[in-house]
Amino acid sequence: MEPILKVQNLTMDFGGLRALNRVNLDIREGEIVALIGPNGAGKTTFFNCITGIYKPTGGDVSIHPPGRDGLRINGMKPNRVTGHGLARTFQNIRLFPNMTVLENVMIGRHVRTKAGVLGAVFRPPSVKKEERDTVEYCYGLLKKVNLAREVNELAKNLSYGAQRRLEIARAMATDPFLLLLDEPAAGMNAYETIELDQLIRKIRDEDKISILLIEHDMKLVMNISERIFVMDYGSKIAQGTPLEIKQNPLVIKAYLGEDADADH
Amino acid sequence: MFSLQEIKKSGIAAIWFMFLTFPIMVIRVNPLERTIQWRWENMLYVGIGVFAFSFLWREMLRRKEMGLKKKMQEDGSEKPGFLQKAAENPRLILPALGLVMGIALLFPHLVNPYQISIMTLALIYVVLGLGLNIVVGQAGLLNLGYVAFFAVGAYTYALLNKHFGLGFWACLPIGAGMAALFGILLALPILRLRGDYLAIVTLGFGEITRIVLENWGKFSGGPIGIRGIPRPDFFGMSFSLSEAIMYIYYLMIAAVILTIFVINRLQNSRLGRAWVALREDEIACQAMGIDKAKVKLSAFALGATWAGMAGVIFAGYNTYINPKSFTFMESVIILSIVVLGGMGSILGVVLGGLIMILLPEYLREVGHYRMLIFGAAMIIMMVFRPQGLIQSKRKAYEFQEDKGAA
Repeated sequence: MEPILKVQNLTMDFGGLRALNRVNLDIREGEIVALIGPNGAGKTTFFNCITGIYKPTGGDVSIHPPGRDGLRINGMKPNRVTGHGLARTFQNIRLFPNMTVLENVMIGRHVRTKAGVLGAVFRPPSVKKEERDTVEYCYGLLKKVNLAREVNELAKNLSYGAQRRLEIARAMATDPFLLLLDEPAAGMNAYETIELDQLIRKIRDEDKISILLIEHDMKLVMNISERIFVMDYGSKIAQGTPLEIKQNPLVIKAYLGEDADADH
Repeated sequence: MFSLQEIKKSGIAAIWFMFLTFPIMVIRVNPLERTIQWRWENMLYVGIGVFAFSFLWREMLRRKEMGLKKKMQEDGSEKPGFLQKAAENPRLILPALGLVMGIALLFPHLVNPYQISIMTLALIYVVLGLGLNIVVGQAGLLNLGYVAFFAVGAYTYALLNKHFGLGFWACLPIGAGMAALFGILLALPILRLRGDYLAIVTLGFGEITRIVLENWGKFSGGPIGIRGIPRPDFFGMSFSLSEAIMYIYYLMIAAVILTIFVINRLQNSRLGRAWVALREDEIACQAMGIDKAKVKLSAFALGATWAGMAGVIFAGYNTYINPKSFTFMESVIILSIVVLGGMGSILGVVLGGLIMILLPEYLREVGHYRMLIFGAAMIIMMVFRPQGLIQSKRKAYEFQEDKGAA
């Protein structure tokens, strides 16, 4: 079976600085995959290159959504990438702070709905129905991430953990086949992290959405992921199952530094 | 409250104001007799006035902060003012709407044509404010050249009428369409810009439009402008002057209602939400699959449409236009309407428009001091209610299963 996301030799240069150096990665349908690495390793840059926020300077990104034809997406605008079924969340939460929780999720439906100016003004039955369906659908998503009580709350008034969950619901509203989560557990307490673990599994099992996540919480990463990719200084240094990664000397060195095993 | 420190603060403020107002309040030059009159007593009045007022000012600031803190402890949201509460009370909406409509319809029969005329002008600015509100209040794109679209509408009617004899009603949609087209033309090169840069480019666009109109004499009549523009007709019927003034007033009432209706519907639509999302976070907006370019273009085009329509009516109302009516100052006034009324709030912008235009007109009676009072009112407003008269509220949805869901 062909991987749903295939990244080949992805390279990104900022002036003279090489942020990504020939990174290869692939994700198969139904997988939960983690991307880890020390701070500044290029993980978020990698996300930005895939989702079209940066235009990669080299390499290839292609997707093969289940049941559809494959296509190359590097250099595409972010909104088109999302349209093709890749949705993401952000490391530093980027919600629409002065919109309600429900409206935030409804924005995610934008790409799957059609109503235009005339539709908005004259509100024919088709538009009314689309609007009703959107509201219902988004409410369903909010129930899933346990935010049903806060539908009419402004997003900025939510707690940190709730904002992270809202970002996930908003990304899911775009009907993705692959969800990219950028540090979803950052700032969460132990209890919230366990809830997040369950939520991610539920999204994969019930909604059939594959998941690629960047995360620093090693307990979560080792628990949840089937495969792990490790990056350091813009290059991929290892890949494998959680067990393999735990024992990989290169990974240990990247995390603990050169001096860790150099006994004087 | 009357501690030594407070008195010292007020004293310094009084001295500072006495110094600032010295040239206009104390010195009076009489050019005929070539004498200078020194009015020292004025300085004393300024000093005493400022001294007393500064206590009041600080007390008001203190109260505002206390109110905010109290509210924050209660539910973390900002304090709704009296107007805000009234605007949100569902039982008040229908009677209030009826009352406003009643007054609006009876108004021209109760006052003289001058008053009707001023009110019509205020309504034109209400429509302009509502149009700019789409661009600035909702989509968050600062536009300092909005008056250019107003000019496009007005000149479209004036020129089409002069050269081709087209009537008011034919020109109304054409003027609106032309303005929308200009909106798109302006938006195309600035799709990538935001914030300060956007403000500068739109400012330039507004000035270019005015300068072209002023200097391209053959096309626009130059600084002299175009005169003899016919007033709006009613299915070919024309009116006497006083009837026409009343007719344009009712026309403007209808235009305001239409604008509010359309903009209200746009606000709670797929497109309206996309505008707000664009204002809130451009990158997240794109990452959620929204085409930034399309949304920006639609905001500029739809915002400009209302200015074009208002421009056509303005040309018919004034029967004479020249570039003087479309200066940067007008853009600033329209922007002030939006900010004063409350960014994004329809009711707020309507109130803002009426206040911004009617207040200076009715203050004419106090002569030279009217702009001073007006400026002071705006400063006080922005210090004590920076969110505007009425803060915009997001639409709330109701769900039956609310309780069982969590």
